[in-house]
Amino acid sequence: MREFRKYVLPGDVIVEDNPHIKPLANVIKIDNRIHATRVGIAEVTQNGVKVIPLSGIYIPRVGDLVIGKIIDYSSLAWVVDINSCFLGHLLAQDVFGKEFTPSRDDLTSKFNLGDVIACRIVNFDRTRDPLLTVADKDLGKINNGEIVKISPSKVPRLIGKRGSMIQMIEQLTKCKIIVGQNGVLVVSDSSKEAINMAVRAIMLIEEEAHTSNLTQRVKDMLGGSIA
Amino acid sequence: MNMLMSDDWRRVDGRRWDELRTVKIEVGVLKNADGSAYIEFGKNKIVVAVYGPKEAHPKHLALPDRSILRCRYHMQPFSVDERKNPAPSRREIEISKVTREALEPALILEDYPRTVIDVFIEVLQSDGGSRCAGITAASVALADAGINMRDMVAACAAGKVAGRIVLDINDEEDKMGEADMPVAFLPNLKQISLLQLDGKLTKDEFKECLNLAIQGCMQVYKLQREALMRKYFSTEVEA
Repeated sequence: MREFRKYVLPGDVIVEDNPHIKPLANVIKIDNRIHATRVGIAEVTQNGVKVIPLSGIYIPRVGDLVIGKIIDYSSLAWVVDINSCFLGHLLAQDVFGKEFTPSRDDLTSKFNLGDVIACRIVNFDRTRDPLLTVADKDLGKINNGEIVKISPSKVPRLIGKRGSMIQMIEQLTKCKIIVGQNGVLVVSDSSKEAINMAVRAIMLIEEEAHTSNLTQRVKDMLGGSIA
Repeated sequence: MNMLMSDDWRRVDGRRWDELRTVKIEVGVLKNADGSAYIEFGKNKIVVAVYGPKEAHPKHLALPDRSILRCRYHMQPFSVDERKNPAPSRREIEISKVTREALEPALILEDYPRTVIDVFIEVLQSDGGSRCAGITAASVALADAGINMRDMVAACAAGKVAGRIVLDINDEEDKMGEADMPVAFLPNLKQISLLQLDGKLTKDEFKECLNLAIQGCMQVYKLQREALMRKYFSTEVEA
């Protein structure tokens, strides 16, 4: 079978009359045709057909690292805005442990309204709101840094192949960057100038995410300004 | 000869019977919307903004198995010759409804349960056929917002003017002509999602009119594609 990539818009027929090709992501099978459902780049491989979307909001996936803001809490859980159409829920048990009792433990002693946290999605199936956890290393409250929001569809480009792009920015600016799959980033641990440089590099990647040779241009931009 | 059609079969604005008005579509014109589009369809000027999918408020509106599509077609007070009252009129409420019903079959709403998708269609200048232009632009804005769609929706009207079936009726032809038929079409799935008819046509005329409108929709679809391609793939530097 021929493997190829092409630009597609919603409704475009990617594959016709081939029952061996599986529809994977952002495609829909109608009769014996596979249509794209998003604006993006279609990839036809041995495994099947998928479309890498170029626009759209964040839809949670189990295992994703996301950065969210506490917007509400009850006696049992925090409600977290994770930059999606679904609100994240962080159970108090996850933070206080099994011995958690609502009458004794005060949720605001750990996270208060407006706090920004790095968390992971442990469960989500669209019928219920995503369940979050902070029980892992590098997760939890973020105390300082610059928050940057980019389009969630551009996050894979920012990370690059096996993290190449983000590692390069971190090395050149000496910043620490936490990338949430939901398009929220925190840049920290460096001087104000270096943080600004990193933010500008991130903005450049967002604007020119679909172009090639971007790594080199980002490198030139950062290399030219930081001695 | 009728005043709407000259002796050499030219229409009031100089077009031939099967000719569209000039159409210009721009994508992503509003920064704060999740998706947006601007369309100039002849003298029609329309901005469309799409917000969502987002949480449903008030919560009791939300459906457990799919998203709700809300459409608002609204004409600005300055969009017509005589000032239009900005409150939604009977006509605007109806157009909002048919627009929603024209877009719904193209969207995969089951992918976003418990959410809403808002579509705002603002008519800045109106010249007949604004519902078709609104649907066309709304479909582009929905694609720009990255909402899962089975297909695009292209819309175009056809009608009967001075005894002849013609494509893309303008305001004057709509008021003085014999029939006006707006059609919305899903070009890849070959499905009709809007069909209205104001006026009288014989069975044969109806068939001819519908076919002509669908041809018009395909031309509009081509322009929608070009606009989206320009926005997303034009700055491609190297392969």
